Amino acid sequence: MTQVNFKIWRGDKESGEFKEYQTEVTEGMVVLDAIHQVQAESANDLACRWNCKAGKCGSCSAEINGMPKLMCMTRLNDMNLDEPISVEPMRAFPIIKDLVSDVSWNYRVKEKIKPFKPRKPDNPDGSWNIQQQDVDRVQEFRKCIECFLCQDVCHVLRDHEKHEEFIGPRYFVYNAALEMHPLDVEDRLPDLKKSQGIGYCNITKCCTKVCPEHITITDNAIIPLKERVVDEFYDPLTKLFRIFKPKK
Amino acid sequence: MSVDLSSLKRRKWGETLRQDNWWIGPLVVFLVLSSFVVYATWAAFQNENYVYGNYLSPFYSPLLFNGGDEGVPGDGHQHSWFGDEPGWWILPFFSPALLILPFPAGFRMTCYYYRGAYYKAFWADPPACSVGEPRKNYLGEHSLPLILQNIHRYFLYFAIIFLFILAYDAYCGFFFDTDGYGKFTNFGVGVGTFVLCMNVFLLSGYTLGCHSLRNLIGGWMNVFSKTPVRTKCYDCVSCLNRHHMTWAWCSLLWVAFTDVYVRLCSMGIWTDFNFTFS
Repeated sequence: MTQVNFKIWRGDKESGEFKEYQTEVTEGMVVLDAIHQVQAESANDLACRWNCKAGKCGSCSAEINGMPKLMCMTRLNDMNLDEPISVEPMRAFPIIKDLVSDVSWNYRVKEKIKPFKPRKPDNPDGSWNIQQQDVDRVQEFRKCIECFLCQDVCHVLRDHEKHEEFIGPRYFVYNAALEMHPLDVEDRLPDLKKSQGIGYCNITKCCTKVCPEHITITDNAIIPLKERVVDEFYDPLTKLFRIFKPKK
Repeated sequence: MSVDLSSLKRRKWGETLRQDNWWIGPLVVFLVLSSFVVYATWAAFQNENYVYGNYLSPFYSPLLFNGGDEGVPGDGHQHSWFGDEPGWWILPFFSPALLILPFPAGFRMTCYYYRGAYYKAFWADPPACSVGEPRKNYLGEHSLPLILQNIHRYFLYFAIIFLFILAYDAYCGFFFDTDGYGKFTNFGVGVGTFVLCMNVFLLSGYTLGCHSLRNLIGGWMNVFSKTPVRTKCYDCVSCLNRHHMTWAWCSLLWVAFTDVYVRLCSMGIWTDFNFTFS
């Protein structure tokens, strides 16, 4: 049993500040456990969003000691307990209350992305033939739990507030899952270049670092999409060589 | 789709709640890259000591025109493609490195890995993940000037050509002039041979793991099962690409070391240990 100090952000969309709390932690506890303990002992009105407590629902995203993390997957015995542990809401989104942010912007962005559009069925019964090898690449992107930690850490959103021009790493991964799907025939590259602002990404790889599902967001989703945009809009030589490229 | 973040006070430059030593990474990148640029620029302007017998510094390869005087240490007439300094050269100083270094420099400058690294280290955009930035304005690679980074694949084409040239230089590193007649025909192995071969190996690992090559070789496709050879190539490039950062740093440091090795041997400070078989 160790007494540990926590600095927890308390406030709403108008204003807020860090407040200090102290609670006892035991072996095996995660930050979410400690937050619940603080809630029970000394801050009954502390708001925090959580659900599965297994790193699969993506609800308990927060910034712990300055880095975006899932509270349920951050073990206290991996941290320096001699210093106060800071817990604050995600800084790329408006705050509702305390540790709860309003992530609805993400859902509005998702609605604007062109949906899956499969080619004509391969078989008379309306089914398609598809090889596992062809979907291996996009299956990595399907692991996303929409915790929005990647959106939170992306400096284009959190520091430069380009929410109107830039859709963020989560939706580049979503685009990549659709765009690289072997059955899909939709063309999303003009949107990626213009309204979704893929050019704003300057490859910091922070999104990859914070992803709790270990999706290689930058190397496997964003850069390949950037390269496809280059193919389509900036590289006359590749366009010339791909005249005979089979249509999707 | 605007978002109101007014309740969150924007962090100042370098401000963060991170408790780790986040500044070490960008600082190391800043120091190493700066040192490399300073050394490479100095070496490129030297126009001497870039050849030691059968060894040619990669900073001067391909040696299109020989810049040194014949017979002086570091004279590279046997490596020169088109003879001595060209008559059309109008600048007051000449160095053959100036003709070729823009290509590998451009390749590294526009490399996806280095871009991310030097935006942090040199421009603090951001200084590190989740650390406050010095500027509010931001253009990214969405418009000029950084939209020009999309030229990367064209530098890649040159980089692949350079690999073949450097491989030929490494091959020449196996043939020594033991008789002193200026004919490099005696097969042998020296420390310099190893240095040149390792340089080609590391540069190949870096170049062939390039993100642009990964797209060009197969990443643009959505169906892999119908093109097994292309898919195998894509898998190989992807394998190298997973360690692109490691290849980038190792090749950068080794190419500088290769120049240092040839230069110091040429200056007589280091001795190249070698033996020939004939």
